[in-house]
Amino acid sequence: MADDTLFSQVLDPANRADPYPLYARLRETPVARQSDGKVVVSTHAAIRSLVFDPRLSSEDLPPSRRPRTGNPLKDWFLNPLKDRVANAHRPLIFRDPPAHDALRGFVMAEFGVERVRALHGRVSSLVDALIENCRGRDEVCLVEDLSYPLPVAVICDLLGVPEADEPQFQAWATQLATALEPDARGDEATRRANVAAFDAIASYMRALIKAKRRHPTGDMLSGLAARGASGEARMGEVDLISTAILLLVAGHETTVNLITNGMLTLLRHPDELERLKSEPARAPRVIEELLRYEPPVHFRTRKALGDIDIGGTIIPKGTAIILLFAAANRDPARFADPDRFDPDRPDIQHFGFGGGLHYCVGAPLARIQAEIALLALCRRLHDPRLLADPPPYRPGASLRGPEMLGISITGIT
Amino acid sequence: MRVVVDLNRCQGYAQCCYAAPGRFELRGREILFYDPAPPNHERAEIERAVEACPVHAISVAFADIDLKRPPGTAR
Amino acid sequence: MSGTPEPLGIAIVGASLAGLRGAEALRLNGYDGPLSIVGDEPYRPYDRPPLSKHVLAGELAAGATQLPNLVSLDARWHLGQAAIKLDREARIIALAGGTALSFDRLLIATGAQARPWPDPEAARLSGVHTLRGRDDAADLRAALVKNPGRVVIVGAGLIGCEAASCCRDLGLPVTLIDPNPTPLARSLGGAIGGVIAGCLRDAGVDFRPGTQVRALEGDGAVRRVALSNGAAIDADLVIVALGAVRATGWLAAAALMADAGGVTCDGACRVLTADGTAVPEIYAAGDVARWPIPLYDGRLVSIEHWGNAVEQARHAARNMLAAPDDQRPYDHLPAFWSSQFGINIKAVGLTEGADSLAVVQGSLAARRFLAVYGQAGRSIAAVSFDEARWLPAYAERVAARRPFPPIRDANDQPAITSLPPGFPPPRAARHHGVAMGGAHG
Repeated sequence: MADDTLFSQVLDPANRADPYPLYARLRETPVARQSDGKVVVSTHAAIRSLVFDPRLSSEDLPPSRRPRTGNPLKDWFLNPLKDRVANAHRPLIFRDPPAHDALRGFVMAEFGVERVRALHGRVSSLVDALIENCRGRDEVCLVEDLSYPLPVAVICDLLGVPEADEPQFQAWATQLATALEPDARGDEATRRANVAAFDAIASYMRALIKAKRRHPTGDMLSGLAARGASGEARMGEVDLISTAILLLVAGHETTVNLITNGMLTLLRHPDELERLKSEPARAPRVIEELLRYEPPVHFRTRKALGDIDIGGTIIPKGTAIILLFAAANRDPARFADPDRFDPDRPDIQHFGFGGGLHYCVGAPLARIQAEIALLALCRRLHDPRLLADPPPYRPGASLRGPEMLGISITGIT
Repeated sequence: MRVVVDLNRCQGYAQCCYAAPGRFELRGREILFYDPAPPNHERAEIERAVEACPVHAISVAFADIDLKRPPGTAR
Repeated sequence: MSGTPEPLGIAIVGASLAGLRGAEALRLNGYDGPLSIVGDEPYRPYDRPPLSKHVLAGELAAGATQLPNLVSLDARWHLGQAAIKLDREARIIALAGGTALSFDRLLIATGAQARPWPDPEAARLSGVHTLRGRDDAADLRAALVKNPGRVVIVGAGLIGCEAASCCRDLGLPVTLIDPNPTPLARSLGGAIGGVIAGCLRDAGVDFRPGTQVRALEGDGAVRRVALSNGAAIDADLVIVALGAVRATGWLAAAALMADAGGVTCDGACRVLTADGTAVPEIYAAGDVARWPIPLYDGRLVSIEHWGNAVEQARHAARNMLAAPDDQRPYDHLPAFWSSQFGINIKAVGLTEGADSLAVVQGSLAARRFLAVYGQAGRSIAAVSFDEARWLPAYAERVAARRPFPPIRDANDQPAITSLPPGFPPPRAARHHGVAMGGAHG
């Protein structure tokens, strides 16, 4: 009998630095039922099959339920209404087709190739400036100095959120990202905090969208908010707000891990760091291998809409499913010597951005930032060394990455 | 440079379009149009497109392969 | 020194996608002997799917479609020299122009040719085109640029519909004629074909279903298309899109089981003699190969699609280098794509024999859906219109011969009802390959 508490061990912060041995044990049972009824899917073959399975629903968030306030008007009328609205207008990562496709279509239309390409120069100059800020120091705190501020500045730019306003929603963003963490979802205190953060960020966004409609500023939010030819809103107001929040939160909480995990991995493989420095054309392969080896999002949850037969097992209708992407990325049945970091592997087909319908919208942006940042770090930091290995990790098991990454340096080019 | 995309595999993720704009383009919801003979100086962009494709549908030969070279030396 | 004669090596006839991928697979599998590749056209292998789309539209030059060599081949190319005769006993191929090529093993990858208009005199009228090869596409493009007053397309299969879509994009008046009630009737059936009929209508194509063409008329150049109902349509340009015939003429004297429907092979891609014996040193792959497909109970099929050319050629190459007792059977899930009227169409499986059809995601009305074909309670094929990301789930079920309909309780799933797929009755005694034939190599 396989250990049916393995996934709760994955969630245990004590295992954050190295969950991979647990993943290896989970893979022994490709569809592993846990003691709490959840099913963890961890092999490459099973996940590949499930990400394309239309019986998997992403509409698995527990319903929004605002806490009692003692004010009858709020408790019996306003808050239930707000809850209903929130439940009906989840952001697209928590929606199924056809609503998902419609929302994603609006986002993709504004996330055009030209707009994304135009960010190259901005990313480069941000990276240069952030590294320049470290001049004169003998220590870099990578998360604080670069991997967090870079994607935050980029997403604000892209959406058109004034940089001056940004500090106020860092905490909200971190709070809302717990929606991806299964243990936080059930927790009452977290739910209260999420509702508060959502309401705060939503009222900020509502005002911002109004301003963008009056004075469009050529950014994504202005585009999403723009009315159609006959004056109609193309997206409902609440969908627009939840989409804007999703993009903002995703920009705050994911790319940071890709960059930090990337530098951590390169520092653990100094030969690869040197090669990347001397052969910058290797960067795309290095980044794809990083997305396999240390992905920024380790798993996502789904719900079974019907009985799903997979690998000889039936997942019953209604079951909560964990798609453990990071375990599939290390599946020895798919990748030779999977625990080795090797950008030269012939076939790096990873789930670092998920897969299927919900493949990460921001993937191109993440790739651009990771490439520019890692190349610059390799080129410009003199004699970089890890100060602590493993570094301390942020709490998330899904959005997994170091809380801080101390690097000693002897100078900056 | 010669490029071919296995359009049976392609699912319209559009990663190639971001990596090599002008050489790959998504039309309608999921029709991929691509340039099968991009100029050699765009090698870096095309390589990024190859690497970024989630379904590994893009094949490329960076030059007309020297027919005297032993087999298996080109990616 | 022993008296062993120098090995003659492997010959591949057909400088096609299948020929190229087969050659690459031979090298990748370690074959380092002599390799000859014969092609009737003067070109290195090229990709056909863009010809009926982007080349017609003028977005790509016909020459841009040359395929990448994925490995070094170190081959002798005999281009522009069609194979005209195979002497199986002597292991010699005669090429047009007089060259004789000896081989010890042969891969036949000659593909297919456009089925010409049946009246050879009318087929020679200027302004009458077929669309199969690079030159066909370049000629047709040159003719379209001259702004013909009306384009008449005979045959509403995939190529006919793609050509109609392109011509409308170019702003040309188009009439599309087909004997069936809908376009794509043979490949996808009338229920799905009806969706494309709607696209034709919206795009302003004059679609004439249930109509036969009696004659192409003109004096040097085509002027009119005469219909069996007595009507006639004035035309400056006619595209004959009646599918393809397999290029097996050069095998006529070789006593193989070969005809316009292909050359018959055993399950391991070895060609069969007229009396049904496998020839150990001759293999076939791609459009030209007709073989017992395991997934469909060993029915003899030849699959005219891109994916089969690639996979079957690789498989045949592998078997060519393997010992006689290590010949692996070739299995394959047929698949094709087409883009027309802004819609991405993808399909898997063989629809022939389908008795039912179910829309399992989306809706026909939205022209965005996934539909599955059933036969006797099994899922035998699936087609997606702008729903490519769901197709793998259904492809997996088709490949596993799962019950029809295969997936219930899916998101975005309408109430599943089984419709008649609406296939026309089988054509009598005309070799037309498989039901899905007519799309891409």
